[in-house]
Amino acid sequence: MRPSSVVIGLLAALVLVVLALLASILHPADTDMQKLADNRAIVEKYGLTDLALFTEARYTRHPSQADLHSAFQDHPGALEHFPTGSLLAPRPSSINPHESLAGKTTSPD
Amino acid sequence: MNPWLEKQRHLIDFTLASLGRRKTKNIGLLLAYTLLVFVLASLTLFTHALRSEASFVLAGSPEVILQRMVAGRHDLIPPDYIEKIGRIRGVQKKEGRLWGYYYDTVLNANYTFMARPADEVADGYIMVGNALARERGLAAHNTISFRSYSGKLFTFEVSAVLSPDSELLSADLVLLSENDFRRFFEYPAGHFTDIALSVANPQEVRNIAAKLSSALPDSRPILREEVLRTYQSVFDWREGIVLTVLAGAILAFTILAWEKASGLSAEEKREIGILKAIGWETGDVIRMKTWEGLLISLTAFLLGFIAAYVHVFHFDAAVFEPVLKGWSVLYPRFTLVPTVDGLQIATLFFFTVFPYTAAVLVPIWRAAITDPDAVMRA
Repeated sequence: MRPSSVVIGLLAALVLVVLALLASILHPADTDMQKLADNRAIVEKYGLTDLALFTEARYTRHPSQADLHSAFQDHPGALEHFPTGSLLAPRPSSINPHESLAGKTTSPD
Repeated sequence: MNPWLEKQRHLIDFTLASLGRRKTKNIGLLLAYTLLVFVLASLTLFTHALRSEASFVLAGSPEVILQRMVAGRHDLIPPDYIEKIGRIRGVQKKEGRLWGYYYDTVLNANYTFMARPADEVADGYIMVGNALARERGLAAHNTISFRSYSGKLFTFEVSAVLSPDSELLSADLVLLSENDFRRFFEYPAGHFTDIALSVANPQEVRNIAAKLSSALPDSRPILREEVLRTYQSVFDWREGIVLTVLAGAILAFTILAWEKASGLSAEEKREIGILKAIGWETGDVIRMKTWEGLLISLTAFLLGFIAAYVHVFHFDAAVFEPVLKGWSVLYPRFTLVPTVDGLQIATLFFFTVFPYTAAVLVPIWRAAITDPDAVMRA
């Protein structure tokens, strides 16, 4: 057999495998969809707001509920002392400001 | 067979023979190339799958969570607070929530305690997350004792362990009755941790949050879209950190590939000279080298992508797990549902296959247009 036939055959096989993987992603298994639906139902039922990925401190366990100044939460100027602190994103507020929901004063500031 | 196709096959045959003459070097390059694609594709697949899963499941979280702030810190909701919200139009349902953290000295880990209505968890019973049950060796009908912050010992019977499939959300969760929660943490009567609000019309969420802020100036409403945005940014950030760590390796490979692709060895130059001398046209030489670049980069991309898919979705991304998922004593075990971002994969394909193929061409074109005699003598 010519070397080109072998290589073209191998490349075609690899392309087919990649296409099969992509097809499996486009048509996920029923069990996967059921798992996602069950998890969303748990979130709705218990009113959960965060993933249980980093449990060592309250501002890493529930980053979405943490104080706005969580990096300095223990006392003014307090730095992070948990490992996740160095890997967790800065609060989105520093990238996208929070909604401007602050109460308005009756007289101008 | 079509003469054009036959010609290309002959060119591929010749290219393979030429690659075979520098077997060790080319196999080494292919391996390094595949490894790089594997690492980048794993990172892309993993963070995208985690981001998608977080977005999908957290889309069910409460529309608005209302916290009360005292001196900029989260404080308990006093009894009259919920009545004040009652007057805001558009709020469909409001529920005072009771939850908090408990540090377990046995595992040196934090648990999240959450109160549930009596019809779900009876007094004296708890439901626990699967990671917690695994680490503490718990099963249904076992008992477990926790020493509360006031020093009293409380014993609970495990009524159920939450589904292992929900570990991503409930690894450290302990669900107990409201009475038990208040007794355990000595919570003042009528006080809550925060308030979850349901809003009938999703378009009205921001208006309602603004009304809440002005009616209750010491409150902080957290919208569902902010929760979702937090997780988008968490995983964007982590992907960025890993990419930064990998930047050195990517740069090293770029230099290696550029050096290999753009600098011709004396042997390669002589080969081109001989091909030209025996009658090959400049176009044929360039086509042959294009095939060489394509064969190496395409094989590396396909192998790297398949390996990354298997690594992420069948081996739970074991290589990047600690840095991408996070670190904690109670580490959730979970398998992600496969999902892929077409644009990211297309970008990866473009940046791995095309630059190498293009880099091969410039020096070859320069050598191929030179006089064969001068090339062979160089």
